[in-house]
Amino acid sequence: MNQVAITRTQWQPICQRSDLVANSGVCALMGDASSDRKSIALFFIPGAEPQLYAIDNRDPFSNAGVIARGIVAEVDGQLTVASPLYKQHFRLGDGVCLEDETVKLDTYPIAFDGDTVLITTGSENS
Amino acid sequence: MVKQKLIVIGNGMVGHHFLEQLASRPEKELFDVTVFCAEPRPAYDRVHLSEYFAGRTADDLAMGKIEQYRDWGFELHLNDAAVSIDRENRVVTSESGTGKPYDKLILATGSYPFVPPIPGHEHEKCFVYRTLEDLDAIRAASENARVGVVVGGGLLGLEAANALKELGLEAHVVEFAPGLMGVQLDEGGSGLLRSKIEDLGVTVHTSTATELIEEVDGGRLRMRFKGERELATDLIVFSAGIRPEDKLARAAGLQLGERGGIVIDESCRTSDGNIFAIGECALYNNFIYGLVAPGYTMARNTVSLLCGEEASFTSADMSTKLKLLGVEVGSIGDAHGRAEGAAAITFVDEQSGIYKRMITDSEGKQLLGAVLVGDTGDYDQLLQYHLNGIELPEQPEQLILPAADGAAPTLGAGALPDTATICSCHNVSKGDIVQTVQGGCCSLGEVKDATKASTGCGGCAALLKNIVDEELAALGMEVNNDLCPHFPHTRQEIFHMVQVEEIKTFDELLEKHGRGQGCEVCKPAVGSILASLWNEHVHKKPHVGLQDTNDTFMANMQKNGSYSVVPRVPGGEITPDKLIVLGQVAKKYNLYTKITGGQRVDLFGARLEQLPEIWGELIDAGFETGHAYGKSLRTVKSCVGSTWCRFGVQDSVKMALDVENRYKGLRSPHKIKMAVSGCTRECAEAQSKDVGVIATENGWNLFLCGNGGMRPRHADLFATDLDDETLIRYIDRFLMFYVRTADKLQRTSVWLENLDGGLDYLREVIVDDKLGICDELEAQMANVVGTYQCEWKTAINDPEMLKRFRQFVNTDEPDEKIVFVEERGQPRPAEEEEIVRIAEPA
Repeated sequence: MNQVAITRTQWQPICQRSDLVANSGVCALMGDASSDRKSIALFFIPGAEPQLYAIDNRDPFSNAGVIARGIVAEVDGQLTVASPLYKQHFRLGDGVCLEDETVKLDTYPIAFDGDTVLITTGSENS
Repeated sequence: MVKQKLIVIGNGMVGHHFLEQLASRPEKELFDVTVFCAEPRPAYDRVHLSEYFAGRTADDLAMGKIEQYRDWGFELHLNDAAVSIDRENRVVTSESGTGKPYDKLILATGSYPFVPPIPGHEHEKCFVYRTLEDLDAIRAASENARVGVVVGGGLLGLEAANALKELGLEAHVVEFAPGLMGVQLDEGGSGLLRSKIEDLGVTVHTSTATELIEEVDGGRLRMRFKGERELATDLIVFSAGIRPEDKLARAAGLQLGERGGIVIDESCRTSDGNIFAIGECALYNNFIYGLVAPGYTMARNTVSLLCGEEASFTSADMSTKLKLLGVEVGSIGDAHGRAEGAAAITFVDEQSGIYKRMITDSEGKQLLGAVLVGDTGDYDQLLQYHLNGIELPEQPEQLILPAADGAAPTLGAGALPDTATICSCHNVSKGDIVQTVQGGCCSLGEVKDATKASTGCGGCAALLKNIVDEELAALGMEVNNDLCPHFPHTRQEIFHMVQVEEIKTFDELLEKHGRGQGCEVCKPAVGSILASLWNEHVHKKPHVGLQDTNDTFMANMQKNGSYSVVPRVPGGEITPDKLIVLGQVAKKYNLYTKITGGQRVDLFGARLEQLPEIWGELIDAGFETGHAYGKSLRTVKSCVGSTWCRFGVQDSVKMALDVENRYKGLRSPHKIKMAVSGCTRECAEAQSKDVGVIATENGWNLFLCGNGGMRPRHADLFATDLDDETLIRYIDRFLMFYVRTADKLQRTSVWLENLDGGLDYLREVIVDDKLGICDELEAQMANVVGTYQCEWKTAINDPEMLKRFRQFVNTDEPDEKIVFVEERGQPRPAEEEEIVRIAEPA
């Protein structure tokens, strides 16, 4: 029995490179009308490694979809996004909230394929 | 519990201070307090009386407020002088006939001006200089006058001469003694003061005795002096010293001094154990203390005694530092060097008009006194040497000599003992300040609030800052004004680097002067500095990631992720057509509308993707962005002014429009609010703004650094009767100086409170151009004004910028999480449980 086979890692295009804004975030809608739809924040940091991050757009402290509109902030060497509403920091790499580590946003594998941006439908964490 | 009945007669500065001290203690509950005041208003600041003619109002000078007395539970009788004291039955009777019993009685009746018995002194054009009513009378008489004479060349006399000058009169000072300010100054200091004052256009007549005042043709006055000289004038102000107001005490049979004054012991007790006397009516050790600080000390001591503590008044320091007619004058201790064996060190710079003299003991180890004229920069330090008996350095002359290489020996805060009095107005010692800092106050402003230090005359401000900084450093709380971990520099330093090195982007600055990748603190701060200096559009590529969401989307994010939109309505003036457009747009996009405090309309509930469309319609109708989202000029509130209002004296709407259109778009360390009122009734509430302009008959009064909010602050009167051009010039300089030097997110109020030298320094920079930067400040402002663009207009015409306003980059669908429900006929964000309910099928 191989449990790994159950993970549905399926890359699919989400937007174009030109839709991204360097050193800032944009928002994309995942899933289709019939299934679970989720809005995802996409960050493109050209100078960082990796350059691309995908993280839940919903801010758990306000319940509003605003994470994509936060400022990218480096805190002690960690790349984070600061929520524009109540200013908590979420690590771009794993979604953990620095102010309250019990709170964590889902993150998703994301990559460039030429000028197309690919993302996986299944959450990295689930 | 039966409360003790306490009566206070007199509500001058000292009487008020006594009550203020009592009110601040829990023991206040042990007393039933009644106050009798002969004047029609509660205590006001007599020390700064001449500012009444420079535009300060009775309200500005007020120290006690009627409401405050009510809050304290003290019964205040205004315009109701006490007329008799019945010591046997312990009852005070007042003019209105009120008879009030007392257990303890405080006499704080002050003093009255001495008028020498010169024949003619009772003429109606002869005045004294003591109360606001006196000043009103002088002002009225000055209207048809050209010349005014002050009799008396002491401290108060020179203040009065300044007042006459302010009123536009040709001022003369007539002094009986051979020199000015003979009590405080030695011959050399007095001589220099005289020449400086004469340079300012005041004529000084010393060694001059007036023998007769007579009316001559045309209602003018002629003063005849001993030795056949005479002088024609339109009015005369007597300011030849004070006499203790002791009539009540005399009638009540209390012991008085030979030349008047209510005799008190070191407990401030009079010859009747239930009666105390404090301030200028009291005679201690055969001496009347004619300064406010010793009076305050007496007041505090008496409060302590009434509360069962021990306190004694032995003597008070009569040192003083002030500005007379713009000339700095300081006097410390034994200014005349009368002590036995006293030695003097004198420094005179005739070119710059500076005179400094130190009096030391015979060994040159202790400072006994000092005189400073023309430059009182050394005063604080010398005073500390004097008051605390600190041993003078090897070469004491260095203390008053100009520093050859900028390395004059300074008495560090650390050298002072904890007992050293730092603020003599409020009797705050170094120990008090240290304790406050250790108790958690981490900024100068907080320490001022907590201790009141430096809130009186302000003379100790620099020293106070020193002590606070030193103590913070000692606590390991290094005063770290660094912007953030990415920039080991203050905002001011960064501003300077960006300006001098002409740095145009965040990345360039980070590479040259920073480390790491930046954060939500430094990015918007640097974005604001770049905008203040180069004024490029916030959406220009390198600046995009620097902005807070509100700046990014040029709207204010609300709690559910929707935005509010605020078009500019300059001065609050709006045509019916534009008003209709606001309504139509709100209706079309289902926006919640609310009138703001800044005289405009806020439209709430716009989705991100709707913003460009909404702005397209607003711009078509002639609206511009209101910058409600930015750290920038918000609104200029105005009243209708002289165009409509029967009280208005200037066109305040026109001025508000000009000001708002000039400074709109200026990016600053924090938001800036302004207002223009058309008359002194102040309907636009200008005194609660960063920049407040109030019309006068002759132009505009400019108020600076006020704000509302959590810690409201009244703006300070900065300049009076300005013409339009000068007003704008001052505001230009002020705003740019603030933009340059403030900390991140620091409002003008806090900025001013932390500015070394405070308001006086600000005047020196902006009015006198002390730093020689005014041309540069104006040029910078001209650049900002000249490069203004409506950010929204630019954005909706730029497809690249418009892409930012897509809710989702991969679909045109709206964010279904933003849901509104109706309340009072308008939309509002739905609560969590309401969203769930709406989502469920019925």
